[in-house]
Amino acid sequence: MSGIEISELAVSQKRTSNALNRIRLWPFTLKLGILIVSMVILAGICAPLLTHYDPIKGDYNDALAPPSLQHPFGTDSYGRDLFARTLYAARLDLQIGLITTYFPFLLGLIVGAIGGYFGGWIDNVLMRVVDVAIAFPFMVLIIVIMVILGPGVQNMYIAIFLLGWTMYARLARAEMLVVREQEYIQAAKALGYGHFRIIFRHAVPNILTSSIIFSMSDLVLNILLASSISFLGLGVQPPTPEWGAIITEGRDFLLQAWWISTLPGIAIIITGLGFSFIGDGLARMLGQRNIQLV
Amino acid sequence: MIPALLGITIVAFLFIKLLPGDPLQIMTMGKATPAMIAAERARLGLDRPIWVQYGLFLVSIFHGNLGSSIIMNAPVMDIILKRMSATLFLVGYGAVLGVLITMPLAFISVLKSDRPLDGGIRVGGMLFLGMPSFWLGLLFMLLFGLKLKLFPISGWGKDFSGHLYSLFLPAMVIGLALAPVLIQSLRESMLDIMQTDFVEVARAKGLSPGRVLLKHVFRNAIIPTITILSVKIGWMVSSAVVIETVFSIPGMGLLLVKSVLTRDYPVIQGLTLLFGIIVMVVNLVADLSYAIIDPRINYQ
Repeated sequence: MSGIEISELAVSQKRTSNALNRIRLWPFTLKLGILIVSMVILAGICAPLLTHYDPIKGDYNDALAPPSLQHPFGTDSYGRDLFARTLYAARLDLQIGLITTYFPFLLGLIVGAIGGYFGGWIDNVLMRVVDVAIAFPFMVLIIVIMVILGPGVQNMYIAIFLLGWTMYARLARAEMLVVREQEYIQAAKALGYGHFRIIFRHAVPNILTSSIIFSMSDLVLNILLASSISFLGLGVQPPTPEWGAIITEGRDFLLQAWWISTLPGIAIIITGLGFSFIGDGLARMLGQRNIQLV
Repeated sequence: MIPALLGITIVAFLFIKLLPGDPLQIMTMGKATPAMIAAERARLGLDRPIWVQYGLFLVSIFHGNLGSSIIMNAPVMDIILKRMSATLFLVGYGAVLGVLITMPLAFISVLKSDRPLDGGIRVGGMLFLGMPSFWLGLLFMLLFGLKLKLFPISGWGKDFSGHLYSLFLPAMVIGLALAPVLIQSLRESMLDIMQTDFVEVARAKGLSPGRVLLKHVFRNAIIPTITILSVKIGWMVSSAVVIETVFSIPGMGLLLVKSVLTRDYPVIQGLTLLFGIIVMVVNLVADLSYAIIDPRINYQ
């Protein structure tokens, strides 16, 4: 008895140092990725502390000023400081990335898990829908949905949501087909648990890994997608600062003011690199392949 | 194949149905009188049940009739067919450049796997994967088009060599974003195949590492790579839509973006249909090509 108590005490004391040790054992890319992404998040939150310029209101006397100490990224045709706009844009872009990735993630997971678990006609119907969604070029379908709904950020969320879940449904279904044959699922069935409980308590925790790893590269792609939609004039509307929208605004001044279109793009690349590193590190840690299908 | 084809037609059909407002009012831009609209409605069968309308839509597609453009006053089919070649050329060119970039880099990362050079290629890949295509396009345009004046910044040339020259920058943008995914998949499958017995045998026979890699490993690793390429075709067409807009290439993508701005709904509908069909045909070709590359696969 006492031996067990002592060892439990030792375990609880060790736990904090274990957690630290475990972080130390994480793959380097995972740590680097988390560092980069946290910096981007911090830059977005602390934007008012990092710059005193307003991202929306500009000074016309200062229009199209090249990069300098005062304006590290230069100013645009309205005299707005591009560094400030790029920083503030991090808020919206990260929000877009998270919303357009994890809402479809949830729906896809549920749909794929149910389809894979039951099989039969439910699975058939779901997979036909997924096939059609994947048969189309993503951008074309998004544009078509945006034409029906009208431009704007909210509608962009809806458009990406309507399509984004399909990849997750595919991944979750494929994993579920394997998991449902496992003995612990059979055991849960034999114990008389309901389907709902078996799917969401027993199976889903075991089919999450590949979706989570995929969601990292999906997040990068979604930020790119959203900025492309803004580039085509359907997404974020001016003067709201968003990386894609800022790049677009510089398009007409490419020769006079190269900095408008080029420098804010670096923010997208850094963010993308951060999430890609996290995905790579997670894949290494969990012993899985980094999935980049779409 | 058939369900996906039907799905594509359903999406294209629903597009016009789901537009807010009366489709005929939209189609005629409010210029027609009520009597004209009523006549047109009866002619198009819009007063009949929705499944009949869908049937009529299917029949007209089989006749190659996609209606006519509101703005350009020409049949939608003719307008789209005229622009199809530029888009197909761009996507094909981008795929070729992507594969050309992939080959040497994938070989290097297999030969030097888990060494700094391999890591460098991987990080470089992440860099290009996270780059917005229109941003890279604008950067290329600025550097190689406007500053160095090496390549034109718009249009797509007159003849084949003109296409190759004019579309180099836009195709390069597609190729550079495609290559990281291809390199990764080729690397993984080559590393897998390196573990198999027949590669061991080939090595034991005393074949040079380069020969083993090319003749034994690469040929077997190419199938998963083609799968990735065909899965990515939808993505490539998507980036073509954006790239055509950046470089003003008169293809289907630029037509789509312009039609959205002018609200030319019949053209948008026709483009939806044809974009879907193009992607499907490419996937079918990829499926069939497996049998040519790998004699073990047959579709009897």
